[in-house]
Amino acid sequence: MNTVETEQLEIKLLLEALYHRYGYDFRQYSQASIKRRVLHYLSKTNHDAISALIPSLLYDEKSFKSFLFCVSVTVTEMFRDPWFYDTLQKEVFPFLKTYPFINIWHAGCATGEEVYSLAILLKESNLYDRAHIYATDFNDRALQKAKDRIYPLERMKDYSTNYQKSGGKFSLSDYYHAQYDAVIFDAALQKNITFANHNLATDGVFSEMHLVLCRNVLIYFNRDLQNRVLSIFRDSLCYNGFLCLGSKETLDFSGVRNSFIEVARKERIYQHKNDRGRLER
Amino acid sequence: MRDKSYQALVIGASAGGINAIASLLSGLSTRFTIPIMIVQHRLPVLNLFLTQYWDEAGIFQTKEADDKDSLQSGIAYIAPPNYHLLVEQDKTLSLSIDPKICYARPSIDVLFETASDAYQAHLIGVILTGANNDGTAGLRRIKAHGGLTIAQEPNTAEASTMPQSAINSGAIDKILPLTSIASFLNNLL
Repeated sequence: MNTVETEQLEIKLLLEALYHRYGYDFRQYSQASIKRRVLHYLSKTNHDAISALIPSLLYDEKSFKSFLFCVSVTVTEMFRDPWFYDTLQKEVFPFLKTYPFINIWHAGCATGEEVYSLAILLKESNLYDRAHIYATDFNDRALQKAKDRIYPLERMKDYSTNYQKSGGKFSLSDYYHAQYDAVIFDAALQKNITFANHNLATDGVFSEMHLVLCRNVLIYFNRDLQNRVLSIFRDSLCYNGFLCLGSKETLDFSGVRNSFIEVARKERIYQHKNDRGRLER
Repeated sequence: MRDKSYQALVIGASAGGINAIASLLSGLSTRFTIPIMIVQHRLPVLNLFLTQYWDEAGIFQTKEADDKDSLQSGIAYIAPPNYHLLVEQDKTLSLSIDPKICYARPSIDVLFETASDAYQAHLIGVILTGANNDGTAGLRRIKAHGGLTIAQEPNTAEASTMPQSAINSGAIDKILPLTSIASFLNNLL
């Protein structure tokens, strides 16, 4: 067995151990990125082999929490892919307007930048007051940051540009207050958002939704886990509800493809239509 | 040459790379039938233009990589803007939005290191023009796994820092002027 194979085995054992000890399931994550993240965590410890992490992570819950943060942190930005938000407003919002009450699930919301982006656009379309956004992630530290609504001031220039390209009607600075090198977004944006811990690898459906957004999360999963998660989204969505994925993610090769029609190809927006695919089988 | 078969080629470039990669791809022969993966640092807006430009330059179909693509011969896969490109053990591609590395996403190191894990001694890594040191760590991994590493001769590069950094690290097997890299690669297969 060469080094690469030994490392694969060590990672397999580590992920298996963590699943049985803590219930966090990384076993169906894409191997290449989980390995990079584990090695990154390893480099910050004084261990020199992946397998040496097992005892310390099993016995020391605090170490596990740092590990969890380290291996799950994703980098997001406000109005990432502005063209997506522009199309969302044009193609999806008119449908949402026909409902008296709108349930939205933002799955894998990380530190919240994209949740507040959506909240702002809903406000500008007079949809916010009848909307409820469930913003979920399995990383409690990320969720706390999302609840705090505080982001670095230096990012606002890029975010403002993104906001304008997304079809924002006013100025992004209308929604935050700056102090020193940070900004805090208005508490009013958070009024109809519930931040909650939900793990896509192990948890299931919790409410009926009109819109589900899960962007750049599926790329971290293998095909089996992708299919599990997409089934949860389908089962959560009402008839005619919308699903939005990341710009490099697709339903095309998934088991739920026949339950959806494509609304916007480049933006990866799909609409739940029927379960024909399931019935035909 | 060493008696072994190469199964994939990875290319990394930064400043000046758009023309350098076009020149390299246009020199490869029809016998060069292993998958190619490319990371070029760039502004996101340039991407569609890039894929087209390189597609026209070479005999290869050039494709912006999608999540879970299976690597196929005769296709050059380009890392999408704002994503890292990774290779899985089963020779499929995956993407990530992990933090930037050396200020770059896509990162050359991320592609080279994961491709090296997947292909080990059967991988060729080529580092071209660029003004930073991305790629050096990845080439060290390729060399450590017994793969073949090539750097563009720095004085033929629009920006010499990147190939020079790789050469200085001792990770490079062959230093070649840009115009000779394609014919050298053709003779390997």
